[in-house]
Amino acid sequence: MQTTVAALPPRHYLNDGFGIRSWLFTRDHKRIALLYLATITLFFFIGGAMAVLIRLELATPAGDLVTDETYNKLFTMHGVMMVFFFLIPSIPATLGNFLVPLMIGAKDLAFPKLNLLSWYIFVVGGLFTLYALISGGVDTGWTFYTPFSTISSTSKVVPTALGVFITGFSSILTGLNFIVTIHRMRAPGMTWFRMPLFLWSIYATSLIMVLGTPVIAITILLVAAERLFHFGFFDPAVGGDPVLFQHLFWFYSHPAVYIMVLPSMGVVSEVVAAFCRKPVFGYRIVAFASVAIAVLGFLVWAHHMFVAGISVYAAMIFSVLSMLVAIPSAVKVFNWTATMYRGSISWQTPMLYAMGFIGLFTIGGLTGVFLATLAVNVHVTDTYFIVAHFHYIMVGGALMGYLGGLHYWWPKISGRLYPEFLAKLSAGIIFLGFNLTFFPQFVAGYLGMPRRYHAYPPDFQVLNVLSSAGASILGVGYLIPMAYLMWSLRYGRAAGSNPFGAVGLEWMTTSPPPTENFATTPVVAWDAYDYKGEVEGRVA
Amino acid sequence: MWSGSPLFPEAASTIASRVDAVFFFLIGVAVFFSVLIAALILRFAIKYRRRAPDAIGEVITGGVLLETIWTAVPLAIVLISFGWGASVYFAMSRPPEETLDIYVVGKQWMWKFQHLDGQREINELHVPVGRAVKLTMTSEDVIHDFFVPAFRTKADVIPGRYTTIWFEPTKAGRYQLFCAEYCGTRHSGMIGQVVVMEPTDYQAWLSGGPQEGSLASRGEKLFSDLACNTCHRPDTQGRGPALDGLFGKTVTLQGGETVTVDEAYLRQSILTPAARITAGFQPIMPTFQGLVTEEQLLELVEYVKALRSR
Repeated sequence: MQTTVAALPPRHYLNDGFGIRSWLFTRDHKRIALLYLATITLFFFIGGAMAVLIRLELATPAGDLVTDETYNKLFTMHGVMMVFFFLIPSIPATLGNFLVPLMIGAKDLAFPKLNLLSWYIFVVGGLFTLYALISGGVDTGWTFYTPFSTISSTSKVVPTALGVFITGFSSILTGLNFIVTIHRMRAPGMTWFRMPLFLWSIYATSLIMVLGTPVIAITILLVAAERLFHFGFFDPAVGGDPVLFQHLFWFYSHPAVYIMVLPSMGVVSEVVAAFCRKPVFGYRIVAFASVAIAVLGFLVWAHHMFVAGISVYAAMIFSVLSMLVAIPSAVKVFNWTATMYRGSISWQTPMLYAMGFIGLFTIGGLTGVFLATLAVNVHVTDTYFIVAHFHYIMVGGALMGYLGGLHYWWPKISGRLYPEFLAKLSAGIIFLGFNLTFFPQFVAGYLGMPRRYHAYPPDFQVLNVLSSAGASILGVGYLIPMAYLMWSLRYGRAAGSNPFGAVGLEWMTTSPPPTENFATTPVVAWDAYDYKGEVEGRVA
Repeated sequence: MWSGSPLFPEAASTIASRVDAVFFFLIGVAVFFSVLIAALILRFAIKYRRRAPDAIGEVITGGVLLETIWTAVPLAIVLISFGWGASVYFAMSRPPEETLDIYVVGKQWMWKFQHLDGQREINELHVPVGRAVKLTMTSEDVIHDFFVPAFRTKADVIPGRYTTIWFEPTKAGRYQLFCAEYCGTRHSGMIGQVVVMEPTDYQAWLSGGPQEGSLASRGEKLFSDLACNTCHRPDTQGRGPALDGLFGKTVTLQGGETVTVDEAYLRQSILTPAARITAGFQPIMPTFQGLVTEEQLLELVEYVKALRSR
């Protein structure tokens, strides 16, 4: 199965044109994916630097490293950067962009120019937000809760809000592009139920992007309008309702959590199948679970508001609906685990990340059940329990999936192999550092430590020191892949078209692929993950 | 049972142990499933590790029985969790009939408490052990949140409306009070203490404080200072509705709707009187928005509540 090649193919998308113009005006989905990759990596490290400062400040109970004002701006910008400029675009805009056409046997996305436009929009939105950051920062929290954000904060709310607003269009266009591409451009024989599960999750994610993002866009405009022109949308002094904002905000921002984690689930399905060399257990159920999560995700927003004065009966309805999201999530976890049964399991880096994902997502998901349980929610909401929970989902889940996917497809993207030992080592460091950072926060949360506190009672110090120690380990864990992936771009061994011996259309073309992806359009006559068929020569 | 442990908060209200019970149930569920999944993953990863470079896994495409089990079992568990959590939440949301009422006003960055007898406190709240305490809360500026971990209860304090929270302390002591909703620069400084006292100590504290007159009596004075009494006369001859005995009643509005006279309705009627006019009256009352503070509003509300027994 393994093809040994000494060199890259003579012609591929990376050497099809050189110079800055060949990148800035490209319409190739693979190059656009790399533009996104570079941009979100920058934002990731900016957001990460803020996390470092936050954890340094919290190493001692007194607010002594930075002022309270600075601290509030740090956690706000950490959230804004990580959520809107890293996690939401992370897998869809990089791996999704790169892989959607390759996986369905197409030459490009349906709208290549729109794809490039969406990157430019993303960059403009990012620049607005960076401007807000450099010109003074913003202190509302990434949630922009009113009326604080509209009548009280004196920081750069409007530029930040506009940055997020603009970026939303990039999200909408990308989602639209994926939906149309998956509907219209599948290669002959590539039926819906032959598609890799990654595409099902990207499809479900795209639905949320297209349907949900307009709501946050409008909400953010209302905030900006109230700040600038004193309209009474949310300010009770002029007849507004501050809680209305929370309904609108979470109507998007809860589904946004699934924008972040669904693509990672897709990656895990691919990686588990490839490194167990067998079909995913319960393919259709896993596919439908993605869609179910996307749909149910729109019906649970008020579980962020159980203490915000909503009625007891509304709270009960949102509690039970939130519980239902646990079902497709649990089903996926069980199906991945079952896939490993009687597999041919290779302990390579992507599989380590996938196993890490399954374990951490399980904890993140189960603590989500704690939060959906009304009585427990009242005590732990707005504490570090919440912080721990969503980092288990977003970092333990979404980011582990992203890194796993990046390693899995890196040979395809770059044509080269990364140093396997270093990669395994850093996967281990990240797993340990992550748990040391965030597990103590569950305990601190149940003890009652509120989130967004610049200074805290000394009782919580031990847990916070553990957390800060973990964060420094985690930080190292992120820098190592950054270094060796860059190194491998130049010095890595040529990967060959299919270094992992995986089944899938993307592995049937060269690494890196040619600009047009496939010399001839493939005709698909097999199901996804048909390893047996491959061995028997039916997949070709 | 865990009190005093550095890993578990003290439980000092009647509801706390009920919340903890649900929490322990969930911990049991979480530990069971996390360990199960982790153990299976590790076991499979070791037992079925790739033996030959070209080896493939066994083709197993799915199983209806397994899928049914691992859909039904989690569903049953989350429904139990929902039902249990909801019943405790219900109890948290419904104060008992007899409560000790205290008013709370949050502002950037302090807590202000007003007792019915007239005591005012800042960032410290004295309450007796063994009595249900009901707080009616509002904010002068942005959203805050009243959170006492030892009581396992929490509620947002929202400008423009009244929210309530109740708890019955079970142990004398001092308990941390936090603002749990981010409210700006000195959010982490918006902290205080709830001082739970034995009933006799509490009585001594009550009588020892500075006496500015009861909350209702301050409201009565304000009621005449603002000339409310020129229209709201007790004899039903006034241009506004008589307020005696009104609180808690259901009145008919213009247009036939009905409303129960509660704190929220009184507040609205003072700040935006034209919004819901009682049937038979003209919308002639001016707004008092900006003319009375949140604390004065509470005094007026308390005065009207006191008129209930007249």
